[in-house]
Amino acid sequence: MAHTGRRDAPELPDFSLLKRLARDQLIYLLEQLPGKKDLFIDADLMSLLDRIANVTTLKQHEVDKLYKVELKPIVSTSDQLCFLIRPRIQTVKWIADIVNSDKASGRFRRYKIIFTPQKFYACETVLEEQGVYGDVTTDEWAFYLLPLDDDIISLELPEFFRDNFLEGDQRWVTTAGSALRLVYSLYGPFSKVYGIGRCAKMVYESWRDQVEDGEQKARQPEIGNVFLIDRDVDFVTPLCSQVVYEGLVDDIFRIKCGSVEFGPEVTSSDKSLKVMVNSQDKVFNEIRNEHFSNVFGFLSQKARNLQTAYDKRRGMDIQQMKTFVSEELKGLKQEHRLLSLHIGASECIMKKKTKQDFQELLKTEHSLLEGFEVRECISFIEEHINRQISMIDSLRLLCLLSITENGLLPKDYRSLKAQYLQSYGIEHLLTFANLKQIGLLVEQQPGETLTVMESKVGKLVNDKTAGKLTDAFSSLAKKSNFRALSKRLVLIPKSGEEYDLRVPRDMAYIFSGAYIPLSCKLIEQVLERDGWTGLEEVTRMLNGHEFAVTGGTNGTEARIKTDPQRIILVMFLGGCTYSEISALRFLGREKGYKFIVLTTAITNSARLLEALLDNHA
Amino acid sequence: MAFVTANWNPLGEAFYRKIELYEMGWNLKDGLRECLVAAAPYGGPIALLKEPQRRSPSVRPQLEIYSSSGVAMASFPWKSGVVKQLGWTVCDDLLCIQEDGTVLIYDLFGNFKRHFSMGNEVGQSQVVEAKVFHSPYGTGVAIVTGASRFTLATNIDDLKLRRLPEVPGLQGAPTCWAVLTQDRQSKVLVATGADLFILDYTACTAVSPPGLSPQATSIVHMCVSFSYKYLALFTDSGHLWMGTANLKEKLSEVETKVRNPPKQMAWCRRPKSQQPSVVIMWDGHILVAGECKNTISYHLEGVSILVPELDGVRIINGTHHELLQEVPASCEEIFKIASMAPGALLLEAHKEYEKESQKADEYLREIKEQNLLGEAVKQCVEAAGHELEAETQKTLLRAASFGKCFLSNFPPEPFVSMCRDLRVLNAVRDYTVGIPLTHTQFKQMTVQVLIDRLVYRKLYPLAIEICRYLKTPEYQGVSRVLKHWACYVCLCITVWCVCLPQVKISLSLSPSLPLPQLLEFEPRSGEQVPLLLKMKRSQLALSKAIESGDTDLVYTVVTYLKNEMNRGDFFMTLRNQPVALSLYRQFCKHQEQDTLKDLFNQDDDHQELGNFYVKASYKEKRLEAQIGHLQSAVDEYNKAKNEFAAKATEEEMRLLRFQKKLEEEKGESLVGFSLHDTIRTLLAVGLHKHAEQLYKDFRVPDKRYWWLKLTALAEKEDWEEIEKFAKSKKSPIGYLPFVEICVKHHNKYEAKKYVSRVTPEQKVKAHLAVG
Repeated sequence: MAHTGRRDAPELPDFSLLKRLARDQLIYLLEQLPGKKDLFIDADLMSLLDRIANVTTLKQHEVDKLYKVELKPIVSTSDQLCFLIRPRIQTVKWIADIVNSDKASGRFRRYKIIFTPQKFYACETVLEEQGVYGDVTTDEWAFYLLPLDDDIISLELPEFFRDNFLEGDQRWVTTAGSALRLVYSLYGPFSKVYGIGRCAKMVYESWRDQVEDGEQKARQPEIGNVFLIDRDVDFVTPLCSQVVYEGLVDDIFRIKCGSVEFGPEVTSSDKSLKVMVNSQDKVFNEIRNEHFSNVFGFLSQKARNLQTAYDKRRGMDIQQMKTFVSEELKGLKQEHRLLSLHIGASECIMKKKTKQDFQELLKTEHSLLEGFEVRECISFIEEHINRQISMIDSLRLLCLLSITENGLLPKDYRSLKAQYLQSYGIEHLLTFANLKQIGLLVEQQPGETLTVMESKVGKLVNDKTAGKLTDAFSSLAKKSNFRALSKRLVLIPKSGEEYDLRVPRDMAYIFSGAYIPLSCKLIEQVLERDGWTGLEEVTRMLNGHEFAVTGGTNGTEARIKTDPQRIILVMFLGGCTYSEISALRFLGREKGYKFIVLTTAITNSARLLEALLDNHA
Repeated sequence: MAFVTANWNPLGEAFYRKIELYEMGWNLKDGLRECLVAAAPYGGPIALLKEPQRRSPSVRPQLEIYSSSGVAMASFPWKSGVVKQLGWTVCDDLLCIQEDGTVLIYDLFGNFKRHFSMGNEVGQSQVVEAKVFHSPYGTGVAIVTGASRFTLATNIDDLKLRRLPEVPGLQGAPTCWAVLTQDRQSKVLVATGADLFILDYTACTAVSPPGLSPQATSIVHMCVSFSYKYLALFTDSGHLWMGTANLKEKLSEVETKVRNPPKQMAWCRRPKSQQPSVVIMWDGHILVAGECKNTISYHLEGVSILVPELDGVRIINGTHHELLQEVPASCEEIFKIASMAPGALLLEAHKEYEKESQKADEYLREIKEQNLLGEAVKQCVEAAGHELEAETQKTLLRAASFGKCFLSNFPPEPFVSMCRDLRVLNAVRDYTVGIPLTHTQFKQMTVQVLIDRLVYRKLYPLAIEICRYLKTPEYQGVSRVLKHWACYVCLCITVWCVCLPQVKISLSLSPSLPLPQLLEFEPRSGEQVPLLLKMKRSQLALSKAIESGDTDLVYTVVTYLKNEMNRGDFFMTLRNQPVALSLYRQFCKHQEQDTLKDLFNQDDDHQELGNFYVKASYKEKRLEAQIGHLQSAVDEYNKAKNEFAAKATEEEMRLLRFQKKLEEEKGESLVGFSLHDTIRTLLAVGLHKHAEQLYKDFRVPDKRYWWLKLTALAEKEDWEEIEKFAKSKKSPIGYLPFVEICVKHHNKYEAKKYVSRVTPEQKVKAHLAVG
């Protein structure tokens, strides 16, 4: 990074411990089934497992063959089958089918299911209903937290979002609570916990309940404060196009479990390459938080530096050359390789994103955020749909429009939906039903009247009742109140001023200076005020459920800003984007904090919307 | 006071008194006639089986259970076989011994507990007579069958049947028999005519009581004392022989001058009693016989039964409940007319003292001179314990307390504990409780047992009060009672929920703390919820589970409910609990699609039903089925007043039909495409006419159609057609896209054709594109 943060920034705790714990537990579980066995792994646990234990480790513990769970009949010849799966009903049903078909053909095998991070009663019921409960043994691999980077920990539960916010299924709340508890017991005690959102509150309570069993070690905490936030508090941010390098890489190449697969067009060879993108990658580490327009500058600077480093060897004597080769060359080579990779990636991004279409897309997004020239935006969206440019992008724009405008006018709502269906198929009728339910794409209520009435009532009665009324109204209309929020929190920097993206002055730089992410702004405000005081209006517009609790023993010490006090764990329930992480990193540098992001999964606009699709049963 | 001795009757050295305990609360039409009656010792309950011989199924005999005061505790028609004998166990359970040898056990409130059999062979020969007896090993049952064989079980809780050896020469039932407990063994004493045998497990020994009057030719009745120490035999000559149970010693023999066999006989003595005595009952009168020649005779009204106790005999008839006992020594000393015993003098002194007469001092002095004041106080305290009248008790205790004032080092404990005991005894003797315990029995029985019995009778508040009053240690007192009570309340509520959902049992017997509140004390919902389920409080369990936020727990309850309830109720329950509902929906989505449909149907959730059908249509391969599902979806959407969705679905159906038709005609794969994709495909393969038709039929916006056609044609690089298209009418999307698309396909030549038609504002862009 070009600009260094405050020098007194505290050190981050070491999270590799989490991996070690998980690995040891997995090995223990595998050893519970002695002898050679075949291991079936849920597809989405594959890359996760890669980060914990490699194939050699598994083979050492008598895993014979590895299969991916594909919900098809299996071909394994082993007498022992071990399944490592997420607690999902279909998967369990599939296993039950395997057991039953083995039984039918008179084959005897031992089966073991390892659920991670926990098993659900529902899954056991399926086993019971299928009559195989006695034939399988089940276990839990309490693997909650995967450290993706120095400051990112993920639960890797993408379904959390849909289950919790769309289906109203709170089964993962306890899981999130347990995850928080694990962090607490390893890096706590926390001195203050803030949060906003229904789910956040439930997770907090779940964690509290779990902790109450009397573990309070007097220990130097490594993480001081915790901030819990629901994804549905801020849908705007993840719906915006990302323009920070890391976010862009995620949008375009999809970072999976901290690693990304660059295709031939990036590697400029004929095969694709899987690379880890984290702080270990020095080149990436420097550009990850940069606005894309700066990336090329950095990369060429870097290339030049590299060249100079290489050039050093001219005019070296033998001895110097020897040290150069043994000490520096390898690092340089490595850097070289990475550099060319990222240049390739950037080129690829450039190709896709600097086209006129993309510029116009960004323009539309920014107009929507500002609430400026909305009609034109609508016709842009219309055209976007009509030209079938991208199913997800069209949907994203529709949602963005709906949130920023507090719902679509009935006429627009209908016509846009009809056009969308014509373009992308009738099955999106269900998608629309989902979007409506979650509040992302709604019809404007006879809006004016509501607001007018609200303000009138507000004047008549005191604040508290008005708050309640607003609650009632907003739950009625599922309003997002984005415009009012953005005004109150100054999320949209004044337009007209030149925004120098190379020297960002606030978090808005992650969206080219057009918008400060609401989620991060909330965090900033709450930390600054040490609570929600003064933000009553805001929380009311966000449907409340905010809390700030002084936790545990050292409440009085909390005033002294010790190092751990400035390490803040932000837990996103329902996923967070790389842009938000970048914004928090920026905020941390500015204020001398260190943020650790704990998320249920890394998300972006595409993932968010794909989770809400219903186009296949 | 003067009348204390009014009901005393002298017999030899000792006096006997008959005290009325209760006027019975029951209302029996025929008294105890034609009833099987069993009364438990220690003031226990009374069981009545009216007309036990009645076998007709239409009129079943009624089994009734009463407290000693005749307060009804249970009543139910007897539906099982013919009962030969009723009896009570030591822990107040009712035993009903049937003719076929089956013994049924009921609790105090007539709830069936269990049954056991006295052996298979009894089945044919049938029980002729049965006896229930108590020994240090518990409650035992002895029977004699029609085949004259005895079978005996010493402890019914640890059932070991002993078939006793045959009695030589015994045909049919013996004239009389009794169970003895000797040498840690239960034995049966049998009389056949003049012969007497002792049957133990191994042998049958003939015995003869020493000094039995030679006139007797047959022993017609016998009884064993409460402690199994003494035996009484009644002969056909009217002689009563009394002796020790081991038949080694004769105590006395009395001629009663009554020759017909008595109905019942019972020993009437007390620990440290002055003489052995037996109560003999015939129809209409009873006789008390002791060591001396004369006897006391009482008249009896109606049919009665004798209940031997540790220190007397209780006599129960249709209206009254009386206690016949030898007057205890202390009472006798104090109340005997013209008694000069120190206790009597102290009582007298106190009386005078109350009258403020100086005679009090005289009396006191008299006792003091003999140095017997301590003795006097002791006598008064002791006598108070033996009196049943509260007034008499008070008088005696006051006298004792008065005497105590003149003693310097008299230990207070006997007095204090006697006061306490009496309070407890008076409380339990109360009519509503109906346990007429004497002090001697109470001491024998111990407080613990008394509390157990109260608990067993569900008299929890009284039991707690007694525990507190007697300062019983918590763990064996109050908390134990509370534990029982809690169990009972739970049971009660279970009963309430299971059997009588519409009737609310008022928990009048206990402080009315409802169960859920009790469970509130259980902080772990993980524990609470299964408990609630067990108690069938499923609704509460569900809301508790939801409250806990533990979805797994919610799921447990939901599955439970699903299996327990019928569908309609189950869905209704879920409807009130959105969290549970969404959870169940999730489950159904994967497991039971049809249930999901029912669920939506139940809720009249037409929107979701519509969505459900749309989803179902994907899964269908055949067009007709698909259309069928979609039609249902349309209907549902219409019901949901979602016109938009209904229209969209209708259009989809039209599109599908169109696609299918075309597919069949032209062999292009189209089914499943969106409208847009369909048109594009049609254009791509040159079916312009059909594309045009779709465009019109589905009222595709012009803009879209133009974009669509333009891209499709450009894709084909059909420049000629593009040109025709551009000229067909004024482009609704302008002409810039024409330029751009040509450039995109690297045909600058074509692009230039359209530049001129681009609007002035966009001209720059167009020129830039062309380059």
